[in-house]
Amino acid sequence: MTTQFPVTNEGADGTAGPAPFDPSKPLLEIRDLEISFTTGVGEVQAVRGADLTVYPGQSVAIVGESGSGKSTTAAAIIDLLPGTGKVTGGSIRFEGRDLVTASRAEKEALRGRAIGLVPQDPMSNLNPVWRIGTQVEEALKANGFKGSKAALRERVAEVLAEAGLPDATRRARQYPHEFSGGMRQRALIGIGLASRPQLLIADEPTSALDVTVQRQILDHLEDMTRDLGTALLFITHDLGLAAERAEHLLVMFKGKVVESGPAREILADPQHPYTQRLVASAPSLASRRIQTAHVHGEASAELHAHHVGEAPVAAGPATVVEAKNLTKVFQIRGPRPGSSADFTAVDDVSFTLGRGRTLAIVGESGSGKSTAANMVLGLLDPTSGSVEFDGVDVAALNPKEAFAFRRRVQPVFQNPYGSLDPMFSIFRSIEEPLKLHGVGSPKEREARVRELLDMVSLPQSAMRRFPNELSGGQRQRIAIARALALKPEVVVLDEVVSALDVLVQAQILELLDDLQTELGLSYLFITHDLAVVRQIADDVVVMQSGKVVEQASTDEVFDTPREQYTRDLLAAIPGARLEGDALAG
Amino acid sequence: MLWYLGRRLLQVIPVFLGATLLLYAMVFLRPGDPVAALGGERGLPEAVQEQIRAEYNLDKPFIVQYLLFLRGVVTLDFGVDFRGREITEVIANAFPVTIQLALMALAIEAIFGVGFGLFAGMRKGGIFDGSALVVSLFFIAVPTFVVGFVMQIVVGVRLGWLPVAVGRDPDFISLLMPAMVLAAVSFAYVLRLTRTSVAENLSADYVRTARARGLRRSQVTGRHVLRNSLIPVVTFLGADIGALMSGAIITEGIFNINGVGGTLYDAIIRGESVTVVSLTTVLVLVYIGANLLVDLLYAALDPRIRYA
Amino acid sequence: MPENRYENPGGPVTPSPRPGQERYVAPVDEGGLGAVDAVKADDAPTSLWRDAWLQMRSRWLFWVSAVIIVLVVLVAAFPGLFTSLDPRVCNLAQALEPPQAGHPFGFDRQGCDIYTRTIYGARASVVVGVLATTMVVVLGTAIGAIAGYYGKWFDTILSRITDIFFAIPLVLAAIVIMSVTTNRTSFTVAFVLALFGWTQIARITRGTVLSVKNNEFVTAARSLGMGRGQILWRHVLPNSAAPIIVYATVALGQFIVAEATLSFLGIGLPPSTVSWGGDISAAQGAIRTAPEILLYPAGGLALTVLGFMMMGDVVRDALDPKARKR
Repeated sequence: MTTQFPVTNEGADGTAGPAPFDPSKPLLEIRDLEISFTTGVGEVQAVRGADLTVYPGQSVAIVGESGSGKSTTAAAIIDLLPGTGKVTGGSIRFEGRDLVTASRAEKEALRGRAIGLVPQDPMSNLNPVWRIGTQVEEALKANGFKGSKAALRERVAEVLAEAGLPDATRRARQYPHEFSGGMRQRALIGIGLASRPQLLIADEPTSALDVTVQRQILDHLEDMTRDLGTALLFITHDLGLAAERAEHLLVMFKGKVVESGPAREILADPQHPYTQRLVASAPSLASRRIQTAHVHGEASAELHAHHVGEAPVAAGPATVVEAKNLTKVFQIRGPRPGSSADFTAVDDVSFTLGRGRTLAIVGESGSGKSTAANMVLGLLDPTSGSVEFDGVDVAALNPKEAFAFRRRVQPVFQNPYGSLDPMFSIFRSIEEPLKLHGVGSPKEREARVRELLDMVSLPQSAMRRFPNELSGGQRQRIAIARALALKPEVVVLDEVVSALDVLVQAQILELLDDLQTELGLSYLFITHDLAVVRQIADDVVVMQSGKVVEQASTDEVFDTPREQYTRDLLAAIPGARLEGDALAG
Repeated sequence: MLWYLGRRLLQVIPVFLGATLLLYAMVFLRPGDPVAALGGERGLPEAVQEQIRAEYNLDKPFIVQYLLFLRGVVTLDFGVDFRGREITEVIANAFPVTIQLALMALAIEAIFGVGFGLFAGMRKGGIFDGSALVVSLFFIAVPTFVVGFVMQIVVGVRLGWLPVAVGRDPDFISLLMPAMVLAAVSFAYVLRLTRTSVAENLSADYVRTARARGLRRSQVTGRHVLRNSLIPVVTFLGADIGALMSGAIITEGIFNINGVGGTLYDAIIRGESVTVVSLTTVLVLVYIGANLLVDLLYAALDPRIRYA
Repeated sequence: MPENRYENPGGPVTPSPRPGQERYVAPVDEGGLGAVDAVKADDAPTSLWRDAWLQMRSRWLFWVSAVIIVLVVLVAAFPGLFTSLDPRVCNLAQALEPPQAGHPFGFDRQGCDIYTRTIYGARASVVVGVLATTMVVVLGTAIGAIAGYYGKWFDTILSRITDIFFAIPLVLAAIVIMSVTTNRTSFTVAFVLALFGWTQIARITRGTVLSVKNNEFVTAARSLGMGRGQILWRHVLPNSAAPIIVYATVALGQFIVAEATLSFLGIGLPPSTVSWGGDISAAQGAIRTAPEILLYPAGGLALTVLGFMMMGDVVRDALDPKARKR
């Protein structure tokens, strides 16, 4: 049996890296790269004059928001630009050869063998109709694997095992849909590194995964590339993540490289205004409560004296919402037709939300945090337990009271594209709650809509627009304005900033904090992201598999976490390592 | 897998019962009397009519008639028609040629539809794509019987390439033109479906990732683009078996083929309600069977729903 | 600049930068940062419908099909504008005479003016097509929306009923039923076609409603206390309209073909009604001697169906959610 690949990680003991090249010469050199797309309105430049150098075995990160051109740059290296995109200028040199002018066959030969790719979304990047093993096999065979069928099978299992998939032989026979997101991403990493490329491009490899899984996968990726001596080009929107994982850093904005240099230097001393803003707003780095004129519970009542017209209920008991032993059991379809099984999504969860305060419920997917939020919103009936609002059980309300209750608690959701009816103009969207609850005359309602737009810092002219004409951040502002239309006391914020770019995220968090101060709102903040929690929340409930793991003030949770799971979550915050080192140093 | 198959089979039963009941009711629960209309203008003597009614259970309550009919379906004994022929035999005589015709049409639409569709989808927006779309629209817009006549005139009469009509004993060559006519509309749909599906899959993430793995373009096209695009196409083709057989009524009329369509049309003209319902029931069975086959094909082609 | 806590951070340690990796800061591009999130203030607001319209009107295919549809509808509504003759006044002595002045298409086997009959034949097709499509859209949308939106046993029952009707091929069912129908008018033909033609639209609507109702704007409406019916009517149905409209345009063409097929078989519209299907059937007898008389009604039929089918294509492209900008 002969394979031309190392059977084990020979690099692990530092004896034989697969580096037959000169480590002092750049592996990848991009100069003045220009990329444009042809659209209905003409040519659109996606990348303008980008320079990038990667040395063998080095890790380099490109950081930028969506639309910055970071993924486009990466795609150009392996000639996989989507749609009408094409390189219009500059050069991409790999080991001295220009890839822009190379033939199709040359580029095909490089892909997989010399340059590997780990794509962004593990859900869509494996072909659902082929077994995982088959897709690994393809990669091996396309890149020159010569050997018997048995050798091939063995090698496939090795690739998967290296990528950290236990029981690899069995796993190879499974289909992608039988894998979790993290497992799929491991398989993709295995495929990307299967043929031992000199360069691995990882395009947001973990942004679709839960935070704790994210960390494991990134650690594994780092170990593997280090052991194999593979250079890593890391594309990410998260500055903290990039700084933590790469030695050299490029910051891209609107198609241009605005700043580049050693990662530590850029983080310590950002020069370009954009980088400065990015460093200041990255939630993974700026882990402090937003410092506006934030005041806690008792004090907020006083503050409302100035806003009597605004603040819905100026005074009242210190606790607005109290969830008591909330439990929600769903009936799910069992393995056999007709059979059913009980699934406890929320298991005996209790928490209290103080008036004028922010309570964050933190958990990964499947933790039951959104189910709990829906019960507070009155959208789901608890199987047992109760939600009390100012001491009154919400479930006991008669229909009329229940309708009136809706005015006191309103939600804002995660997806800025799904939370506004695309058929409704912005005016209709914000006016709808007022109309439904019979508030004011048409004239008064219009005045209120204008006032609300002011509140969320959008021009009043926006009310004639439709959601598809606005950006994600703007839509989220509209969704907040709609939630505030009925002057609620409590706003349930369900992952409101998760889908937004870093800078927009920071703006929205600031806006929420201002509004809280101004209107005396109480927030129930649902999120998977502990980094954001520190910026906005006063108290934290950590949930896992439907149960409360830990419950304390934000400072306590961050400074002295009691449970291992909380510690894992904290450790998984990108940049946490940096901060720890910084504090230690 | 077995559970899936079993569940689908169970679901088919109420659908079959419902569909046959519906058809039966449509034919027998209408104003007017099928037997009274039998003897033409003058009608049959009252005594003969009574006898026929008794023989065909038409004097019993509707639901009893239906249940007796159902028993006939299950035992494959549809009784005799008004002319005294065994209906089961009539069906057995009519089906082979129609099945042959439908399978030939299926092959034609599959080969040409998928072929052209793949080509058009790979270069969406190109000249070939544009012309393929126009041609497909044309085939959808022009009714089958017009296509049939035009083919007869042009290919059969003017060019003399293929026989114009089919005789008693149809062979492959004489069935070729009818099969082409029968396939015309479905061909257009297969082409369009393949084209859309291919174009969609071309921009799928996993196709890009497959290219990033170093696969050659032909490998990517065959193993990823085409393989995944075929899922909706194959299911369409499966369902089309049933549609083609019932659609054959027009084509068989034009080309004078004595298949299911011809027999059914004959029975309709003669007012042989029992024959009509029996033939239609078999066609509905074929149609339901084809749709069941589609579900199984789907499960075979797409591992995601295999155990759903 | 805000306080920076990373003046001495940890992380991977690099030696001094290598060639090509020196520290670089781009010159500050004025205006670049501020202009990130502006709301356009100039042009008219673009609703999705307006957006679709703007996209459609830029395509020649739209204008071609629009012209065909308008023309066909005009002909169907006011045939007298296009010919002064009566389609039912025929002179056997003129049977199969070739085209001549005032009779551009010549005469058919009964000696009727083919041009006039082709003009008058439009009405039957358009009436049946529009009637059947209207019925199908109302019935199919209602059933699909209720099944998809209310779910539970509504869905179970309605979906099984849909399955039953789906199990009977449209043309087959129409042939069987029309053959035993004595009172054959445009309405009965349309009714029979609609009775077995609504399943597709019900399935499409159900699927769309199922996906639309999971949108967060629906949850937002629920937490406002809006009733289920109100949400269905105000939010879910308008957002499910696009695929229904696309399908309806295509279905219109298919119903016209189905009507012609039935009339061709002699069990559609009665001979007293001028229809393209009937005329094609009548021309069939002379197919070897005078094939061209068949082509005029067939041409009218094909052009009409083509018009609606092309429009369906254009509308689909314009309303396709995948093509929409996000």
